[in-house]
Amino acid sequence: MTPKELVQESIAVAEPPLPKADLPKPSPPEKLQATQLVLGVLLGIVFGVLLQKGGVAKYHILIGALLLEDFTVMKVMLTAIVVGMVGVLTLHHWGLIQLHIKPTRYAANIIGGLLFGVGFGLMAYCPGTGAAAVGQGNFDALFGVVGLVAGSYLFAEASGVLQRTVNTWGDRGKITLADLFHVRRVPFAAVFVPVLVLVLVALEMFTTR
Amino acid sequence: MLTLRTYAVLLALVLMPAVAQARSEGTDPLSYSGPAWSPYVVGALIGVLVCLTLLLSNKPVGASTAYARVAGMLGKLVAPRHTESLKYFQDEKPKVDWEVMFVLGAVGGAFLAAWHGSELTGEWLPPMWTARFGANSLPLRLATVFGGGAFMAFGARMAGGCTSGHGISGALQLSVGSWIALICFFLGGMAVALPMYRL
Repeated sequence: MTPKELVQESIAVAEPPLPKADLPKPSPPEKLQATQLVLGVLLGIVFGVLLQKGGVAKYHILIGALLLEDFTVMKVMLTAIVVGMVGVLTLHHWGLIQLHIKPTRYAANIIGGLLFGVGFGLMAYCPGTGAAAVGQGNFDALFGVVGLVAGSYLFAEASGVLQRTVNTWGDRGKITLADLFHVRRVPFAAVFVPVLVLVLVALEMFTTR
Repeated sequence: MLTLRTYAVLLALVLMPAVAQARSEGTDPLSYSGPAWSPYVVGALIGVLVCLTLLLSNKPVGASTAYARVAGMLGKLVAPRHTESLKYFQDEKPKVDWEVMFVLGAVGGAFLAAWHGSELTGEWLPPMWTARFGANSLPLRLATVFGGGAFMAFGARMAGGCTSGHGISGALQLSVGSWIALICFFLGGMAVALPMYRL
């Protein structure tokens, strides 16, 4: 018997087995975390497959969207928004999920959004489609990944100042489009979803791709 | 009397449209391959995926945070004390988390999909870029992509998300800021891409 086994044996002898309900559960946080990391990879794989099959990892399709000549990106995104909106609001209504509504800060959303757009035009890939482009074999996207990491660090450098300035300008908290119209989310979506579907129908009718 | 110099200028002026045209051949995005699957099918499945990530992981789909986590982890390796002093990394602890795994998964998934559809590119320059900027423009492309990536990540962090986090997950939850950011992503992108390809 190894010393470790001896110790365990002596513990087992010294302490009578506890009733089952009082037994400490086998470290749930760590186990849960590991499960979540595995789930993250699996869901990520699905995301990557969809982005590649949707053509939105291709340089010419992404640039084509910004030139308003190829509408694949708009079709993918709008359909995802429509289906996701119906699904997420339904699941939330049933109490199965929590919403994660991002805060609205007018200045940060606009300035940050435009800066993002400049990068979008230069690179054509974005953080998600860039990862898909790397997987697909577009080696230039690797330099985009390096740039994205560098830009993130640069932002962290500025984050203290930005939080005291830009983030406070027009900070409205977690407001939704429904709040702007003083209606509840579900009735708002009941009108908004058909509008978005109409946009999709128009895109299908008037665009070649 | 025309000097040699004027001749050169005139010649250049005459040739310029021809050169520009030659370069612009192949800059029609529709002349390249389209998506393998219908964009509506893919979009609908991404919508379902957002429901799944919320159900199973209590996370909305997003990609840009992963790069910030990696930036923080690299920063901690190189300059640990400085990195830990930065506000953003105090709020968002850099570690391998769900978001990082999700983006790594996306790389693998795209590889599988491209392999399955015989669409693996294995190229340094996208053909449409080459048609516009020439076959010797690799340094220009890499500088553009690196700079673009830096702008993009800075903007994403400031705006609070990217095309996935704001554009899909945020927009479908009706967040006002997400819709504003999404519109600005495209406005900024058009302001750069249109002069790059159509001037």
